[in-house]
Amino acid sequence: MKALTNRVKEVDRRPMTLMEKAYLPAIFKGMSITFGHMFKKAPTISYPEKTRPFSPVFRGLHILNRDEEGRENCTACGLCAVACPAEAITMEAAERKPGEENLYREEKYAAKYEINMLRCIFCGLCEEACPKDAIYLSETFAPANFQRKGFIYGKEDLLIPNPVTEPEAYAKAKGGRVTVK
Amino acid sequence: MLLSIDLTLIIEKLVLITVVVMASLVIAMYATFAERKVAAIMQDRIGPNRAGPFGILQPLADGLKLFFKEEIIPNFSSKFLFILGPSLAMLTAMMTSAVIPWGDTITLFGREIHLQIADINIGILYVFGVVSMGVYGIMIGSWASNNKFSLMGGLRAASQIISYELAMGIALIALLMVTGTLSLRTMVIGQTDGMWNFFKQPLGFLIFLICVFAECNRTPFDLPEAENELIGGYHTEYSSMKLGFYLFAEYINMFISSAVMVSLFFGGYDIPILNDAHAVEKIGQNWMAVAHIFMFLGKAFFFVFLFMWVRWTIPRFRYDQLMNLGWKVLLPLALINMLLTGAVILFLQ
Repeated sequence: MKALTNRVKEVDRRPMTLMEKAYLPAIFKGMSITFGHMFKKAPTISYPEKTRPFSPVFRGLHILNRDEEGRENCTACGLCAVACPAEAITMEAAERKPGEENLYREEKYAAKYEINMLRCIFCGLCEEACPKDAIYLSETFAPANFQRKGFIYGKEDLLIPNPVTEPEAYAKAKGGRVTVK
Repeated sequence: MLLSIDLTLIIEKLVLITVVVMASLVIAMYATFAERKVAAIMQDRIGPNRAGPFGILQPLADGLKLFFKEEIIPNFSSKFLFILGPSLAMLTAMMTSAVIPWGDTITLFGREIHLQIADINIGILYVFGVVSMGVYGIMIGSWASNNKFSLMGGLRAASQIISYELAMGIALIALLMVTGTLSLRTMVIGQTDGMWNFFKQPLGFLIFLICVFAECNRTPFDLPEAENELIGGYHTEYSSMKLGFYLFAEYINMFISSAVMVSLFFGGYDIPILNDAHAVEKIGQNWMAVAHIFMFLGKAFFFVFLFMWVRWTIPRFRYDQLMNLGWKVLLPLALINMLLTGAVILFLQ
């Protein structure tokens, strides 16, 4: 019969030789293989202590961005919520009052901004949709939680630290993010 | 008084028994840990490392867990036998250690103490008797569980031990013809010149080793507890510490049979290349005995490692393959080995 592919391997049906019948040489061969594995490095990463390095374009937890003066970028336009295929994002807009210019960059801001991390599929479409560079995905991923409500991240969880008051925390949160414009 | 009772002798033996039993329990505990570590390392994993530094408290955690588990005795089981099973398995596992010479004599408080619980002149036969009793623990436990899988496991264990005990005994007869003694102590002393029995009986050792694997129910002969065909084999119905006893007995058995193999074939506590008489003059007899104990344990631990090494290399035999190997290969080989040994001894006379 002609083989359909060239990947076919003929089964060796010859009777076993004496060496093969003795069985022991094969055992010693197998044991040398397992012994060799004792000196190989385990690829395990002991998770909570060590973490795997992610690429700069990894799509992890969301971060709400601030500008250089520490003002929130988000204007609660809702484009991210519209773009979200999992419908994980909800927000409530509010108007900036006089005297809040150092908090919000534009006249409108998000009073409430929530992302349900159980719904989110980390596709990054919100990041692409945002016209203000206000949301982007960081290199960390959602930690475990005992309750569902623990996975609904509010503004206090998402906002990046203020670059003016806490520059180190800001730099750490910003990470090695690659911005393609 | 018909028998004058030597109180100090009784105390000495009691201390010795306590030490040996405790030591083999601790060793068995850490053998479970070692098994998991060896398995992990051979499969390029890390293994248990959370309980204590490097996970060395893992066996304690395991034991504690087993103690706190709910103890279930099935309604349809025979209660007395159900409890007797694991107890018997544990008892026989511990009893074998009585005749093993752990080291040479040690002098304490002006008394010469042999580092052996009982130097009986039929040491080997005692080991055989007790080891074959060990299968009763499995058989009784599996029968009492009133579960078909347990019963299958028990049946397998029984027929496996019968098949391999024969080849084991005949392999040993050849060794006895060479050494001319049944006492383990005399046998070890006979090997202290560096000419270990292994070099005189390599084939006998191989047969003995394979049979020991079968007797201990270790892979590739772990058919009585074949977890993917018989659920758990003979200990399917067992829970809590009774299950722990079965598992524990297996590890004690492993350690004790390693010790037996070492004293039979690998010179017992003999330190290779070292001239014992010369060393005794230098460091004293007591320290020499300590060195002997460590040498003995080192050799035994190598065999325990071998058990694990084989377990994580070779898959389980099929049942007919097991029987074929026992009756059609090992038994004739052992017979031929015995005949050859006899012929050579006759020729040399």
